[in-house]
Amino acid sequence: MLLSRTLAWSAGLTALLVAVVLASATVGPADIGVREVALSILNGLALPSFGTGGIRWVRPFAFDVSGTAETIVRTIRLPRILLGAIVGFALATAGTVMQGFFRNPMADPSIIGVSTGAAVGAVAFIILPLTIPFGLPLAAFCGALVAGFGVYLIATTDGRTPVATLLLAGVAVQTFLGAVISYMLLHAGDSLERAVYWLMGHLHASTWGRVRIALPLVVVLFVVLLAYARDLNVLLLGEDDAQTLGIEVERTKRILLAGSSVITAAAVAVSGVIGFVGLIVPHMMRLVVGPDHRILLPTSALAGAVFLVATDTVARMGPSELPVGIVTAALGAPFFLYLLRRQEVHAL
Amino acid sequence: MIDVDDVSVELGGSTILSDVSLSVEAGQFLALVGPNGAGKTTLLRTINGLLSPTGGRVRIDGSEIDALSAKRTGRLVATVPQETTLSFDFPVEDVVTMGRTPHRSRFSTASTDDQTAVEVAMERTDTTRFAERLVGELSGGERQRVLLARALAQETPALLLDEPTASLDINHQVATLSLARELAEDGKAVVAAIHDLELAARFCDSVALLSEGSLLATGSPSEVLEAGRLERAFDVRTAVTTNPVTGTRAVTPLSDVPPGERRVHVLGHGERTARVVGRLADAGIEVTVGVLPAGDVATATARSIASEFVTAPPFEEISTERRRAVSELIERADATVLAGPLEGVNAAVAAESDVLVALEGTEPPAGTPTVETTGLLDALRELPTTQPTTRP
Repeated sequence: MLLSRTLAWSAGLTALLVAVVLASATVGPADIGVREVALSILNGLALPSFGTGGIRWVRPFAFDVSGTAETIVRTIRLPRILLGAIVGFALATAGTVMQGFFRNPMADPSIIGVSTGAAVGAVAFIILPLTIPFGLPLAAFCGALVAGFGVYLIATTDGRTPVATLLLAGVAVQTFLGAVISYMLLHAGDSLERAVYWLMGHLHASTWGRVRIALPLVVVLFVVLLAYARDLNVLLLGEDDAQTLGIEVERTKRILLAGSSVITAAAVAVSGVIGFVGLIVPHMMRLVVGPDHRILLPTSALAGAVFLVATDTVARMGPSELPVGIVTAALGAPFFLYLLRRQEVHAL
Repeated sequence: MIDVDDVSVELGGSTILSDVSLSVEAGQFLALVGPNGAGKTTLLRTINGLLSPTGGRVRIDGSEIDALSAKRTGRLVATVPQETTLSFDFPVEDVVTMGRTPHRSRFSTASTDDQTAVEVAMERTDTTRFAERLVGELSGGERQRVLLARALAQETPALLLDEPTASLDINHQVATLSLARELAEDGKAVVAAIHDLELAARFCDSVALLSEGSLLATGSPSEVLEAGRLERAFDVRTAVTTNPVTGTRAVTPLSDVPPGERRVHVLGHGERTARVVGRLADAGIEVTVGVLPAGDVATATARSIASEFVTAPPFEEISTERRRAVSELIERADATVLAGPLEGVNAAVAAESDVLVALEGTEPPAGTPTVETTGLLDALRELPTTQPTTRP
């Protein structure tokens, strides 16, 4: 019953995601229609073929599309759209897990300082005169992990990590790192604009390279977190109850915390701090499919992908492009307040 | 089944339990009683593995709990928690199904065993009819039953209940404990922390009395629930009687006012007399009663709280000896209260009292002041003391 519901919802949302991706790929300065977009994508598909000479990659389609259109779709628009989908997917996954984990409707992926840590790493890299391939996402990723792990260590005594302590330690560390960021910005000089732009959260710098890094990480972590969906349900009963029901609470908490922190770090590293996706998408989906994480987690993740692709399309529709973080916050915050007024933001 | 062996628990440097040993066999229902902070909940949390004992060990079915994984523990002992904030929107059936967690592997879907266990548990706790409802919408009593169903779905040989009746109406209290009793009879070892001593005595085979982290006594309810021991544990005087309906121990805490100051003799029998005796004793008045027919309701009350009383077999001539004893009590009392029908020897001895107060509705000798039951204490306070109080 639950499984078929989950599959139906996931199939529907995947179809919606495909539609949004196609629609998004038609948006931009060059006028390219849906048909050309679809054909360009199909032309780019490569399928493995297992022959005598090992695996060969075969491109089964060769539709007749204008070369310029195909290049624009495949090298400019598609990586950005896919990266948006991956980031949205990752943030909504992490948000769902964190809200369940903290039993707090205001929890979001950055609650234990991961995003702020990423920001410190990124801003430091931007203002330092260094050039390393993938240096910026790498610096952000490392900053995120150091901050997340630091908060975890601070909040842990005798092998136990009380959720309330974790929350407070997260707030304190975020405040401290905020001060570090402000100080660095003060001395950023010429890099100030780049640093601020990064902090706003954007998908401007998307490349296939970033897609290839982020995708496997996000997929693997999502599968791990999904495997713990039932444990998350039981944790909602309270930690003592969960323990007596056979859940190794502290170990499960560590896995959930690490999984959601790394998936967030992967997202933030390639896109900067994009707020509200991880906060409101899980709430929206909880209203629709209910609180069971076995269905909530996959549907939230897909809805997060749809949401971020759609908002990023809006962000690049205007005459001058906006960082998508501005759009998600501008759309997300009023919507969240609306849900709040209707009392539909449920206590967990 | 459950063996608690010399268990001590320290939390934050202070000792919560010291050297507690007890064992509960399959088929036995043990009540943990004791004042707040005695360590009842801590003991339960040590038995179900939430706390590690700093000394001693807990074994269930021969396995030492502290050494087991959460999953193995979850197959041995199920706990009905005191209060769970089940405010989230899961349907009842899903919550009961969570009881199967220790039996399922991470990726398996529910087996037929799981489904059967859940169905049986819900049937047993009478929760089947609201299987589809959301837990957050249930009343406190219904929610308690859902938690009990969840624990039953765990299919464990040992079951712990932490204050299962604390927030329930009396009908649900009885229903919950009856079910726990049945589960014990089916072969589970059941332990419940219970506030209400009478309920404990009524439903449990044995009682363990905890006080300040130590076990004061274990045994049958009639052995353990004894006024002196209860006073030591709870620091309050109690009257331990037998509940006429259930035939089990009834424990009535008395007020802290020490007896003394005034001494009143009560004449009469029946329920009203029992009430008057209770109220006077509660107000700190030293009460004597007699002559009471043996086996009267008031006799049970007098036995537990009156400082002295005289009984006589009903329908027999009162012996001179008893007659003299009552006269003496009346003489030593500051006042005599006429609380019931004035019959036989009581009519004669009433005349001996210098200060006689009658309650409304009795038929006192002419000229006796009459007061309402509610005004009795005030009336007694206004009376002059006719003689210095003699303390025995």
